[in-house]
Amino acid sequence: MRVIGEAHFDMFATRSIKCCPRAKAQTRRVRALPFYGLVAALLLGGCNWAVLNPKGPVGDGNATLLVDSVAIMLVIVVPTIIATLGIAWWFRSSNRRAFYLPNWEYSGQLELIVWAIPLLTIMLLGGVTWIGSFDLDPAKPLVSKEEPLNVQVVSLDWKWLFIYPDQHVASVNRLVIPAGTPIRFSLTSGSVMTAFFVPQLGSMIYTMNRMRTQLNLLADHPGTFHGLATQISGDGFADMHFEVEAKSPTDFYAWLGQVRAGGPELTPESYIALSKQSVVPAPFTFRTVTDGLFEKILDQTLPPGPGPVAETDPGPIVATAPRLCVGRRN
Amino acid sequence: MSIAARTTAVGLGGEGAAGAPSVPHELSELEQKRIIVGYGFWIFLLSDIVMFSAFFATYTVLVNETAGGPSGRELFHLHIVALETAFLLLSSFACGVASIGARAHRDAMYYGAMAVTALFGAGFLFLEIREFVGMIAIGAGPQRSAFLSAFFTLVGCHGLHVTLGLMWLLTMMAQVFAKGYRPDILRRVLCFALFWHTLDIIWVAIFTVVYLMGVAV
Amino acid sequence: MFGKLTWDAIPFDQPIPLAAGALVIVVIVGVVAFITVKGRIPYLWREWITSVDHKHIGIMYVTLAAVMLLRGFIDAIMMRSQQAIAFRSQGYLPPEHYNQIFSAHGTIMIFFVAMPFVIGLINIVVPLQLGVRDVAFPTLNSVSFWLTATGALLINLSLVVGEFSRTGWLPFPPLSELTYSPGVGVDYYLWGVQISGVGTLLTGVNFVTTILKLHAPGMTYMRMPVFCWTALATNLLIVAAFPVLTATLAMLTLDRYLGFHFFTNEAGGNVMMFMNLIWMWGHPEVYILVLPAFGVFSEVVSTFSRKPLFGYRSMVWATMAICVISYTVWLHHFFTMGAGPNVNAVFGIASMIIAVPTGVKIFNWMFTMYGGRVHYASPMLWSIGFMVTFVIGGLTGVLVAVVPADFMLHNSLFQVAHFHNVIIGGVLFGAFAGYTFWFPKAFGFRLDERLGKAAFWCWFIGFYLAFMPLYVVGLMGMTRRMQHYDVPEWRPWLLVAAVGAAVILAGILCQIAQLVVSIRRREELRDLTGDPWMGRSLEWSTSSPPPAFNFAVLPHVEGRDDYWRRARLAERGVGPMAEPIYKPIEMPRNSATGFVCAFFATFAGFGMIWHIWWLVAVCLLGAFATFVVFAWRDRTEYEIPADEAARIDRENRAARRLAFAQTEPAE
Repeated sequence: MRVIGEAHFDMFATRSIKCCPRAKAQTRRVRALPFYGLVAALLLGGCNWAVLNPKGPVGDGNATLLVDSVAIMLVIVVPTIIATLGIAWWFRSSNRRAFYLPNWEYSGQLELIVWAIPLLTIMLLGGVTWIGSFDLDPAKPLVSKEEPLNVQVVSLDWKWLFIYPDQHVASVNRLVIPAGTPIRFSLTSGSVMTAFFVPQLGSMIYTMNRMRTQLNLLADHPGTFHGLATQISGDGFADMHFEVEAKSPTDFYAWLGQVRAGGPELTPESYIALSKQSVVPAPFTFRTVTDGLFEKILDQTLPPGPGPVAETDPGPIVATAPRLCVGRRN
Repeated sequence: MSIAARTTAVGLGGEGAAGAPSVPHELSELEQKRIIVGYGFWIFLLSDIVMFSAFFATYTVLVNETAGGPSGRELFHLHIVALETAFLLLSSFACGVASIGARAHRDAMYYGAMAVTALFGAGFLFLEIREFVGMIAIGAGPQRSAFLSAFFTLVGCHGLHVTLGLMWLLTMMAQVFAKGYRPDILRRVLCFALFWHTLDIIWVAIFTVVYLMGVAV
Repeated sequence: MFGKLTWDAIPFDQPIPLAAGALVIVVIVGVVAFITVKGRIPYLWREWITSVDHKHIGIMYVTLAAVMLLRGFIDAIMMRSQQAIAFRSQGYLPPEHYNQIFSAHGTIMIFFVAMPFVIGLINIVVPLQLGVRDVAFPTLNSVSFWLTATGALLINLSLVVGEFSRTGWLPFPPLSELTYSPGVGVDYYLWGVQISGVGTLLTGVNFVTTILKLHAPGMTYMRMPVFCWTALATNLLIVAAFPVLTATLAMLTLDRYLGFHFFTNEAGGNVMMFMNLIWMWGHPEVYILVLPAFGVFSEVVSTFSRKPLFGYRSMVWATMAICVISYTVWLHHFFTMGAGPNVNAVFGIASMIIAVPTGVKIFNWMFTMYGGRVHYASPMLWSIGFMVTFVIGGLTGVLVAVVPADFMLHNSLFQVAHFHNVIIGGVLFGAFAGYTFWFPKAFGFRLDERLGKAAFWCWFIGFYLAFMPLYVVGLMGMTRRMQHYDVPEWRPWLLVAAVGAAVILAGILCQIAQLVVSIRRREELRDLTGDPWMGRSLEWSTSSPPPAFNFAVLPHVEGRDDYWRRARLAERGVGPMAEPIYKPIEMPRNSATGFVCAFFATFAGFGMIWHIWWLVAVCLLGAFATFVVFAWRDRTEYEIPADEAARIDRENRAARRLAFAQTEPAE
């Protein structure tokens, strides 16, 4: 039965059918060599998908969960997409072979299935999430034969300060750790809220002033990894990346020896200078750290960074740092 | 449910099957408008209560962040709070009387009760402002600590609502004076009364959570 | 006298905002001059600015959204091009500028594109679908619109006078506190969003009342179109969530203006409190955006499949379930803040549960098409495109609800790709579907179909090109909001993303062309029937555009899709032939309250931003005076006499009968 108003639609239907072949031909022409070249570059050019290429047990656990969850969901999603497109195409109005059920709008059985499929999937994923959240809780200490190494992390504007409280040294923008040893991080912020992340080693965690967050990571083997801040912290945010070097235990102790051999001292005064807004051009180390400095930062005995104040000389330690323009102040 | 399958008994009044949601069409226009306006204003009041809830939640989180400064126990005077509560309750009662007077078109009742409402409301504000000024004078102002920021904001927001309510009250007295007990003005008196009573409910929550729990051991 | 405002506030030393601002000023002045010279100001004032008609207010909302879409999209092009270039270089946008751009992009897109678009569609359609003459509080509706416009104006003003916030679209403290953001940027954000938030809250109150209390005779709740149900859920969420935003921004404002310590580092402020509060609003907000889009798809899919919506009751349950559950998941925005596994896991699971009713909706739309006769008009293309795209976005959403996965993906470009996937694929595609679907109803002529389809394909392909690479680069460890980077593996993907943005630009140009061409060819595209799509709900029973009073006689509703049933009967010559009995109609008078209120709000906001206290005081007094003047009105309604209503109705019915008779008769 042809109903009034169908006339309108068939106009559109025929127009679109006429359009399609032309559009398809055009797209084929568009897919020229440059496109294939780019695809090749993308696939061949250094596939370091950091999150999926973990170098430690925490990252490994997270990545496994990620991949498994995607797989579970694809089982539902792929057929859904195919069915959607298939149904939309088969039941197009110009296809007279398709049956027409003009009044079909309810089916109890279908409703049951339609509610059950997502529900069951979510129950499965929910269970996975529950177990995963506990297993991979950042504050949970890692099981290992080795003694954990304590590292205290302070995020500043716009650099990372790593304090080794038991070794009494500190490092800026380079985190050196012994491979195969669990690292117990205590983190805080010396200014605004930001987040600490080493994609190949594992979970990220926020840093906030006056609060201490905890993280446990481990690098299975020696290597160099990229680390960054993942919460906007101001104009120098893009420069808040740092290197993570996992060394063999002997190399790590050698590094410690090097650090203690020379360089500035991390005292409350030099900390105050460091906390002023600046970007550090190259990583450097402190040969000694005042005891309890991290706790002083935590309880605000050492105040949080002052933000963008009119400041000409950031001090001798970061004298070579370029002053970033911090925008107009009114 | 298929379109054609359902047959409904259609009355002349125009409702469908049981549970017709809208205002029944056989009510007069004015009755319908009063219901709709009252309903809408209630929804607004619920949203206002949600806003206060956010302030309450913040207060309870920050209640112990005194930053070395004074806490509630040192600052609150329960007898003043009791007086403030009495004032608000009495003004709510007077507001109820005013509502009755407005519906009955009785001038003495309406103006008198509204004046009493205003007086007690102003009395409440006077006490509260005196409390605030006193606290600021001894260095316990909102800039002192997070606890005090939260206190001044929560209690002050309520006080601001009372102030705006008083301005509304005076406007409603002026409106009735200028235009009489017109239906749309009576609808506004209804909304004002709902507002005023709601402020009382919120005050009950405030004196419980802030003052009573603040001085409890 | 002028507070903090000095000539320094104008960016004479920054070519890009200066040029952009100059261009915008020239365009605005040009448009205003053109309208004035053509003598259309009285018409504009009478028919639009002071209108309290839901249809006109809705059209103004959608227009605001469309204009802001251009501004927000230009920000996006700048971000994509900067990231394509800024590998081991500073690019062309220094960080203090780039940070303002992404903040403005997010703020504008959420508050001044997506919100006005869906609220605009709700305004135009819901009263018509309910079979009533207007919303419960028409003047309040006008106030809501103009306050939203005020917010948009303030945000855009920051481009030329002062600066905008650099904290991202949500001003997390302590970065947004005075210590770390001493400029006026965050203040512009606070007042712009706060003022428009008040407007939105009033819309919520208005529509909850309208949908629950104003129906045509016979329309029970279970006979309402699903779009009305989703509009109800949306507005309930607005009423329940926006006050929290108001309170939270007020607290940050008090911190900045009066030295309070809600969220400062010193004196006991608590940053985590801000996160909880803002996301307690923020999560319902995204459901406020997407639920009306779901409603649009329900209408469009059933209309263009020539079948009733499958599983109506299920859809209603699913909608209300989404409404309630959306209020219980907010912590998933900060799993990485360290709340502990108990708390994190509970919120992770709650976040997944919300995928269940959403999945049910997708299946029900599929079954609506199943056994139907699917017509590929552009609203339907947007809907099918949505079903495919949103499902992918939903997958990545459930993925980041898996707490340990989120520990790796939070704040990365993967997350950015996810939310663009659901907002563009869901909200924006829904908005465009609604726009193309209801445009004939609003304006009386259809949009050019060919350009509409071209626009769809450009958006669809452009979206995938622009955002699929971002998933990849997020998995490579790239975080969001980076003004420059030096990891070489990221670059090719960012280049592809930039190309995608260009393809989307082509889509937008197609849409602009479509509008221009359709207006030029409007006589050819004229819709004389009032029902160009073979619609199912009551709005299609009116003429296009409907008369001011919508229905000369309120329709009596006997079931779902009642108009469809009556129209099919009418085709076969069955149905009431007698004319209805016309009665006089009372309509609300126009009012300048909304516009004047917004005028005072704009200057009050500006005064607050720049610390011009006398201006604030004057404007608050002015706003109060406006209310009093409004309250003092004696005549609030005007009457349309019965024979006038009859005349208009007869004309429309005759035109409709004639137009239907000219197409092929039914067999």
